[in-house]
Amino acid sequence: MKWITAIIKPFTLDDVRQALSDAGIAGMTVTEVKGFGRQHGHTELYRGAEYVVDFLPKLKVELAVSDEQVDLAIEAITNAARTGKIGDGKIFISDLAQAIRIRTMEVDSDAL
Amino acid sequence: MGVLAVLASASAWSEPVTGHLDSGDTAWMLTATMLVLLMTIPGLALFYGGMVRAKNLLSVLMQCFAITAMVTVLWIAFGFSLAFSTEGMRAGTLNLHSFIGGLDRAMLAGLTPDTRYNSVPESLFVMFQLTFAIITPALIVGAYAERMKFSAMLWFSALWLIVVYLPMAHMVWSGPGSFLGDLGVLDFAGGTVVHINAGIAGLVACLVIGKRRGYPHVPMPPHNLGYTVVGASLLWLGWFGFNAGSAVAANGSAGMAMLVTQVATAAAALGWLIAEWITHGRPSVLGIVSGAVAGLVAVTPAAGTAGPGGALVLGFVAGVLCFFSATRLKHKLGYDDSLDVFGVHAVAGIIGGLLTGPFAAPLLGGFGTVTSPWLQLGIQAKGVAFTIAWSAVLSYVLLKLIDIVIGLRVDDEQEMVGLDIALHEEKAYNL
Repeated sequence: MKWITAIIKPFTLDDVRQALSDAGIAGMTVTEVKGFGRQHGHTELYRGAEYVVDFLPKLKVELAVSDEQVDLAIEAITNAARTGKIGDGKIFISDLAQAIRIRTMEVDSDAL
Repeated sequence: MGVLAVLASASAWSEPVTGHLDSGDTAWMLTATMLVLLMTIPGLALFYGGMVRAKNLLSVLMQCFAITAMVTVLWIAFGFSLAFSTEGMRAGTLNLHSFIGGLDRAMLAGLTPDTRYNSVPESLFVMFQLTFAIITPALIVGAYAERMKFSAMLWFSALWLIVVYLPMAHMVWSGPGSFLGDLGVLDFAGGTVVHINAGIAGLVACLVIGKRRGYPHVPMPPHNLGYTVVGASLLWLGWFGFNAGSAVAANGSAGMAMLVTQVATAAAALGWLIAEWITHGRPSVLGIVSGAVAGLVAVTPAAGTAGPGGALVLGFVAGVLCFFSATRLKHKLGYDDSLDVFGVHAVAGIIGGLLTGPFAAPLLGGFGTVTSPWLQLGIQAKGVAFTIAWSAVLSYVLLKLIDIVIGLRVDDEQEMVGLDIALHEEKAYNL
């Protein structure tokens, strides 16, 4: 099992959700976050004064998938979230030791 | 009001008179008075409130509101009398009363429901002029926003009203025998009395009190430009009372004042917008509303004498030049005029004050009794220069005095926490 964390542009969320759903992946957790990568924020001008806004609004999508679903999930997210412009985001993948569904106490792949 | 209204009115300005009451004039002046009060609370308060950081929003609203209450009381006690009493004044004679009124009208002595100012109740004229006395010290708030002690702000506003504003109002508006009135300075609705006066005081105040902690390295962007747009829109609306009300009648002069106010404001908003678009590559919301305010200020002294064409030029010039004063000049010189009281009010006031001269001439589409545009420009320049000197010197003395006696500025911790919590123990937002 893998734990996928994707940082995406907020307006791509609906497409990402749809693409993951089409790939047969159910369930995700979404959080509003702020951050920056190579984009390094942007500047705002108020009456000639420049303000550098370092942290841009992004969404963090987190989901657990079985090993065989990983490539499918990555493909779905990248296809849906890519605009080709700077700031499209990143996907991080880590190993997931255990998963348990609270209602039924099913474990691992059965719980996803 | 200025020369035109003075010429139109043969009666002394503050002598209680009884006579014909015009219900149309009275109805308009009731409306105009409310419009001018609308400019301070909520107009100016929101305009400024949106530009400060969230932690200081209430402090700015509070300052505008408290000034409104305090000036009202002072105005009744002696303010109106010092500004508009004609005691001891004679046309062409320079004496003490050319500069300041007497106390014969203190506590509004002699005022009854039947006393008139021209064709409107005198009580209404007292109220109308009160709303001008309220907004002028309130305008200065923008220069020292986010760092002045509330007590020092009250002392400064009260003393500034007495020492700086009331004499200026008297010198311009109290009729034959007044210093600037006799000089022939045109100031229909308060370009010198209100805007240059407040704008210069703002510059002096921000220099004496010093920069905000962290300025200009710490970002201090406006916290809610939506408020600022609402505030600027209320200012625009209220300014019709300010300028068209200064005819003190529902007549052709009021109609023309309303038209030129609209024209100059629109031209200035576009002037700032275009200058900013060319210089910074995009038109900003704060820019267009700042330009509108610059246009409102610039047309104020000219509102009774300029024609629509003159107003168009005057407004556009003010919009463009105020853009440069509020952005380039401020950063080059490094003073922290928090919300650009000098950059917008003083600069637009000076431009308007000067250009009122030429654009009053019929030759340039004006309606003044001005024969030579250039001669009048010279007279206007004298009025502007006098106002700058008057406001700068006296504001400096008052600020230094208050600084020595009670201190002007909050301490570092209070400034960091924000004035809302530090001084009023309230928050604007509990989200």
